[in-house]
Amino acid sequence: MIRTPSQIWGAPILLGILTTIGLVAALLGDGVWDLVSAITLGVPVLAGIWYGLRRAPRRQ
Amino acid sequence: MRRWGWIHKWSSLVCTVFMLLLCLTGLPLIYHHEIGHLLGNEVEVPALPAGASQARGNIDAVLASAQALYPSKIPMYISMEGDEPAIWNVTLGDHPNDEHYKPIAVDARTTKVITEPAFEGGVFMSTMFRLHVDLFAGLPGKLFLGFMGLLLIVAVVSGVVLYAPFMRKLDFGAVRRERSTVIKWLDLHNLLGIVTLVWVFVVGATGMVNTWADLLLKYWQVNELAVMLKPYEGQPRIEKLASLHNAILRAEAAEPGMKVGFVAFPGTPFSSPHHYGVFMRGDEAFSSRLYKPVLIDAGTGAITDQRELPWYLTALLLSQPLHFGDYGGQPMKLLWALLDIGTIIILGSGLYLWLKRNRAAKPVKKKQGAAREPALAASNEAS
Repeated sequence: MIRTPSQIWGAPILLGILTTIGLVAALLGDGVWDLVSAITLGVPVLAGIWYGLRRAPRRQ
Repeated sequence: MRRWGWIHKWSSLVCTVFMLLLCLTGLPLIYHHEIGHLLGNEVEVPALPAGASQARGNIDAVLASAQALYPSKIPMYISMEGDEPAIWNVTLGDHPNDEHYKPIAVDARTTKVITEPAFEGGVFMSTMFRLHVDLFAGLPGKLFLGFMGLLLIVAVVSGVVLYAPFMRKLDFGAVRRERSTVIKWLDLHNLLGIVTLVWVFVVGATGMVNTWADLLLKYWQVNELAVMLKPYEGQPRIEKLASLHNAILRAEAAEPGMKVGFVAFPGTPFSSPHHYGVFMRGDEAFSSRLYKPVLIDAGTGAITDQRELPWYLTALLLSQPLHFGDYGGQPMKLLWALLDIGTIIILGSGLYLWLKRNRAAKPVKKKQGAAREPALAASNEAS
């Protein structure tokens, strides 16, 4: 099955937006801003670790 | 697509070795404060006896304490970290551009010398720092690494272009472990490449901008600073410097809500032969990253000029935290380290895939002599 562009790019664009929010948020303030940054920047890291390490992928 | 494959291959290949070096040396630099503590190279604030004043002492006395250690040397800079108001970092040199300066940490409250910190944080950190910044080669080394950063950006962009055709038949995050080692690492390369995309792009681009710091500073000196200093052209050298303490008080009064970040002494690149360059910064997360210079006549102690930094120096100052990852506390440092390790895996797997492809492709080329499928399209057919 051929994936549509939105299927291909949905997750990468979402992760890109989260990374951007994470990089900017901590610049703008301390405290809650740093927390927002840690969470949004943490999502792509966790996605990389999760998909990179998981075993037994679903059959296609 | 074949053209993009070629661009991705060559831009990556040229910069990979240097990027691996930068990632490996950058890792300890993320934790330079913690490593400094462990190695005993970090300056610790002395505890004052109960009831002692925590207020800032006289800055001229701070300077005198430092200079008493090296009476023949002149002060180059005095600086204070935003989060450590108890320590003045004084640098003394034989002349205003001395690369072998002596760093001295002085207690801002008692005005007594705390210690002479290890140069650039000790041998280990200094080596990591030099390898990361200029390969021990000064400005040419910096610009060379900056060019490697540009190639990294080209590699990232071309990698994104190649991602779409590659993923036509795969779900996001799919790693085909059961097929072959090459396919597994190809999928991991693509997965890690796409999840770290924006971070790698930003850290690569801001790193490249940082390599131009010397040039941007030079441009600022020749243009803006020169205009501010026009009235002082041809004046004789100042024999006796006015009080730095009063100069800083005056700068602080002129810029309410700002704190002094550092002072450049007369003759250093951040000032003129006739001025204290007092660089003020705000005390909030964002404004503390930006400086506003107040030039003070080092003979009379009067303010000569004060103005905002030009956009290119503002951009340089903002690109620094985005490269260092030092603006979001410990969680951010950890994420920076993990993303750095992810990048090392991307670089390593890219190199591995090229070596494998290269070895596999050569005999084919000899036999057929015909145009090959682009590497990535070929692997896509195999799925």
